[in-house]
Amino acid sequence: MEYVPNILFAIALFVGIGFFVRNVKKLSRNIKLGKNVDVSDNKSQRWRNMVRIALGQSKMVVRPVAGFMHIIVYVGFIIINIEVLEIILDGLFGTHRLFASLGSIYNFLIGSFEVLAFLVIVAVVVFWIRRNIIRLQRFIKPEMEGWPKKDGNMILYIELVLMTLFLTMNAADSQLQQLGAEHYVQAGSFPISQFIMPLLDGLSASTLIFIERTAWWLHILGILAFLNYLYYSKHLHILLAFPNTYYGKVKPKGALNNLESVTNEVKLMMDPNADPFAAPPEGTETAVPEKFGASDVMDLNWVQLLNAYTCTECGRCTSECPANLTGKKLSPRKIMMDTRDRLEEVGKNMDANKGEFVPDGKQLLDDYISREELWACTTCNACVQACPVSIDPLSIIIEMRRFLVMEQSAAPMELNNMMSNIENNGAPWPYNQMDRLNWVNE
Amino acid sequence: MSEQLKVKTMQEFMAEGKQPEILFWVGSAGSYDDRAKKISRAFVKLLNKANVDFAVLGSEESSTGDVAKRAGNEFLFQMQAMMNIELLNGYEIKRIVTCDPHSFNTLKNEYPNLGGNYDVLHHTQYLKELMDAGRLTFQGETYKGKRITFHDPCYLGRANTVYDAPREVLAKTNAELVEMKRHRTNALCCGAGGAQMFKEPEKGNMDINVLRTKDALETNANIIATGCPYCNTMMTDGIKAHEREDSVTVLDVAELLANSL
Repeated sequence: MEYVPNILFAIALFVGIGFFVRNVKKLSRNIKLGKNVDVSDNKSQRWRNMVRIALGQSKMVVRPVAGFMHIIVYVGFIIINIEVLEIILDGLFGTHRLFASLGSIYNFLIGSFEVLAFLVIVAVVVFWIRRNIIRLQRFIKPEMEGWPKKDGNMILYIELVLMTLFLTMNAADSQLQQLGAEHYVQAGSFPISQFIMPLLDGLSASTLIFIERTAWWLHILGILAFLNYLYYSKHLHILLAFPNTYYGKVKPKGALNNLESVTNEVKLMMDPNADPFAAPPEGTETAVPEKFGASDVMDLNWVQLLNAYTCTECGRCTSECPANLTGKKLSPRKIMMDTRDRLEEVGKNMDANKGEFVPDGKQLLDDYISREELWACTTCNACVQACPVSIDPLSIIIEMRRFLVMEQSAAPMELNNMMSNIENNGAPWPYNQMDRLNWVNE
Repeated sequence: MSEQLKVKTMQEFMAEGKQPEILFWVGSAGSYDDRAKKISRAFVKLLNKANVDFAVLGSEESSTGDVAKRAGNEFLFQMQAMMNIELLNGYEIKRIVTCDPHSFNTLKNEYPNLGGNYDVLHHTQYLKELMDAGRLTFQGETYKGKRITFHDPCYLGRANTVYDAPREVLAKTNAELVEMKRHRTNALCCGAGGAQMFKEPEKGNMDINVLRTKDALETNANIIATGCPYCNTMMTDGIKAHEREDSVTVLDVAELLANSL
């Protein structure tokens, strides 16, 4: 009987981490549905970006209030994980406050965890007020209705509950230490939970132990549950922000990629020695010509799909988008959310069909992202600049425009006129190329 | 017609067996658009004043293909790019200066991968270089006491992080430079980029250029300075939409400097 809690704990840990691993595998499989893209360049720049943008939160503080609050929650999350390590070891070995032998260092650590936990609670409350009372513009856009709104609040509730459990556990623990209860070593300092202690005054040791144990168990089970909530939530950014900032664009924002498949065809077209009637080389007869641009998630590259899973739906992109600011349908955040939703749908389809995708008559274009949204983009890069985790919604918009223009010839009529002018006379307007120098003498 | 400008084509340089210091990439707007042609002329006036030995491609120049690429037509872009690269490489061009941030961006960032490697500068960067080298000096009387606000073109600013050069050269006008609430990295687009210049906007509650000129009008500037022919058109139209064309003018950095000689 003595080892029952240890065994239960080990099972909970195993199940929690097991499910998490399964989710990570699914995540990685879905991301790999994207096309390959070479990201082996600029390694040192990429590492620097990750350290500065993800670890150092450099782009969060562009908006100081949200940025500062976010850093509190972020630092709190990372540092309090040291405590989680102790909890896991205690749980497995049946010890209590295993690290207590660190003495004054331990006291300092526990004290600072408490202060951080309190600050996290304050930040979470402020975040909740911004979303639900102040109702900041960017949190109430159409794409935030339903699950995304619930998800945002759910994360705040979970964090609030976890921090409260942590402080309650400490309060009961320190009360038990004062009572000299067996098993409860004198350790830790409790700058915040001391204010909860009066609530526990006069309770018997056994009641206190019950409170302490309950809080302890709920806290760790809550953490394990939260870990498994990530996959279904925008909160996945706490993990993916790191790879995403590493793989994010290192070229100047204005540089779009040149499609290699097009380069090959253009070279052939411009080669005076090419035989237009030549048969394709041996062995390539059956090759399907590569599709230009993207109409579905599999046509995007895997970094773009990673972008979609990393998006935390903060809406900084949308709040800076000139099209969105002037009432157009385009919202860069919705582009990312749609990409993730469609990718999830494709993933579920594969799960249900033994790992093979069975065409479902749907695609990212039209079923998720409308043409009206795609054509409203000014390619100004405001969304890319605003993103605190290096997501590039513009690259997806361009890839989908490429599909519309090169596979479907479905550009707006005025743009078709502009393009035929370039084809005919080398300028977007219908002027004679021989008149290019007239401005000198006008 | 104003004063005579000295403009030589690359063909003429070739005939003389010489290489120019720079190639001035005029761009389609700078060649054909009535408003943008004035910017080309102002820039050439400055180049002439600084005795820069420059060339243009004249009738051999063709669209960079930038706008086709942003519209999704990668084929047309690469066709244009390959043709231009063949021409530029044939002339052994090393340095290119342009008044159009879109051409600047494409030539600088998207041509290298197709075989076109040049040192590409926006005209504000080149003007800065000429000033620093003492080749260009200004009286700076024309705009003394005026307020100028600079609108960052997306393809110069965010796209290529050039924010200081235009501001530094504008200081030579001796006007008071004031910033809009959204400037530099978070400057608002004029609404022309991404091929929007050539089509009607999608349904919304306002045109982007009207919103952006509102930013500019809030600074109480007399002059909106631009560094892009498309921004120039959009801002000029925006001022008209606000019915402020009597009190506010839109001028390119090159024009402001040419008037400050």
